[in-house]
Amino acid sequence: METKRFHSVRLEGDKCRGCTNCLKRCPTEAIRVRGGRAHIIDERCIDCGECIRVCGYHAKVAVTDPLSSISKFKYKIALPAPSLYGQFKELRGISQVLNGLKQMGFDDAFEVARGADVVSRAIRERLKNPDLPRPVISSACPAIVRLIQVRFPDLIDHIVDVRQPMEVAAMIARREFARKHNVSESDIGCFFITPCPAKVTGIRNPIGHEKSAVDGAISVLEIYGLLSTQIRNAPVDITIETASDLGVGWARSGGESKAVSRENSLAVDGIENCIHVLEEIEDNRLRDLEFFEGAACTGGCVGGPLNFENNYVARSNVRRLSSRTQEPELNVDSGMMTKYDLYASKSILPNSAMKLDDDLLEAMRKMERIEEIYKELPGYDCGSCGSPTCRTFAEDIVQGAATKMDCIHKMKEQLKVMAQQMVNLAQTTRE
Amino acid sequence: MAVLLEKSFPVEAGAYTTAGEASTTIKRTLKQLGISADVLRHVSVACYEVELNLVIHSLGGTLTLLVDPEKVTLISKDVGPGIPDIEKAMTEGFSTANEEARTLGFGAGMGLPNMKRNATNFEIQSEVGVGTTITMSFALA
Repeated sequence: METKRFHSVRLEGDKCRGCTNCLKRCPTEAIRVRGGRAHIIDERCIDCGECIRVCGYHAKVAVTDPLSSISKFKYKIALPAPSLYGQFKELRGISQVLNGLKQMGFDDAFEVARGADVVSRAIRERLKNPDLPRPVISSACPAIVRLIQVRFPDLIDHIVDVRQPMEVAAMIARREFARKHNVSESDIGCFFITPCPAKVTGIRNPIGHEKSAVDGAISVLEIYGLLSTQIRNAPVDITIETASDLGVGWARSGGESKAVSRENSLAVDGIENCIHVLEEIEDNRLRDLEFFEGAACTGGCVGGPLNFENNYVARSNVRRLSSRTQEPELNVDSGMMTKYDLYASKSILPNSAMKLDDDLLEAMRKMERIEEIYKELPGYDCGSCGSPTCRTFAEDIVQGAATKMDCIHKMKEQLKVMAQQMVNLAQTTRE
Repeated sequence: MAVLLEKSFPVEAGAYTTAGEASTTIKRTLKQLGISADVLRHVSVACYEVELNLVIHSLGGTLTLLVDPEKVTLISKDVGPGIPDIEKAMTEGFSTANEEARTLGFGAGMGLPNMKRNATNFEIQSEVGVGTTITMSFALA
């Protein structure tokens, strides 16, 4: 059995200077600096990529598949995330991206936005059920789903049991290609062009189902250069642009809410903002809310850390590209809703990485000791000890992962006492 | 069974900027103790309601969290003004929230009924001019 969890987000040790940037920004307190270098606590990491964004030394990286990995398959299909369209300023149409990908060596390009069309329809169906706990929470952002597993286990049953657009797109793309060209499905590789490390982890370790329909994930950054040269002479052909404006709109925060057409929905972007709203949902403060769409990245998927273009520019590009029709409607072929596995086949379990101990009594004893230690700490939350806050430092001491003298302020106090003792000692020996 | 964990949080009257902070800390504590999701949800709802009641209606008070192996207990104790008619206060839709609270979206008259609905045991004692004490417990098993 695999004991170590797969994570796309990794640390390149020799580049790390042991600063506190990532330490302070991690939403699940999963980073510690020990011995002058950052370490990621595997069980807590949700692959949101915040640390990649804030590391000035580029010591945090996302592991994705190289473009060359597509050659493992006889037929290769690219699955471009709709946020990819936002990366190109002078784009004359989405079809240019699709044709550009084909010129790069893919046999076909299938829009993930089309998967989003189908997923939107499935969520609309689910929202008709009044028995689902409200607000229903989107399952689209894997970093938010993992955040809920770690920090909001009591909200797991709010997560809608519909698979991600990327998964649905892979299923449809593979089957349609196999049928059209009369080839075996096992000869077809489906590669997601990803803006986000959390999706990469989601392909290796799916949440809600056993095996991903996606065979690999190539980052936008990896193909950006090559694709932008191909796009320059790629033809526009609107007949191959099959996803609706609503599906394409999923690239931006608020796009999913619009596509599931709920007036009473709330779209929140940025992981800290999402945490605040999830706290409110937990307190039942948003009792009239029907649907909650949370995106870990600012702006939604256009803000993914593996994108090239800045998220505001990308957002505006996507807005333009998804305004082709006046009153857009989802493009879902009849039969699609029953032909594919659109729903989760496995329940989502809480992640107990924040728990102090499996035994309640022992956890309570630890909590008491944490309080005692915390009271003696300076409360600067400076991070010099290598833990993100004084409170987590107290937790780390109790869990045996740090000692009190790792706090430079405590150390200074101790040195003062020792210096005084030496003076005293020197004076007594003189007499 | 002896109480093994006790944490108290002072709550100021009218302090909307810090309203909800005690609840957030209480939730964090319970999650670290590994309290089940089901219990957590009930405590969260009741805890936020009772904390907001202290902010909106009381002259200030204390929210206390107690945990023992069998249950989680929340005690809200304030220093006034006291509730003249408890039965009426427990009625859904009845509220004495002031204009300021209402403009912030409170005062739906669901606070006390919601607490009672979420707690395993709910007790309220009040004396006008003295104060109100609400004790709620949530069974762990």
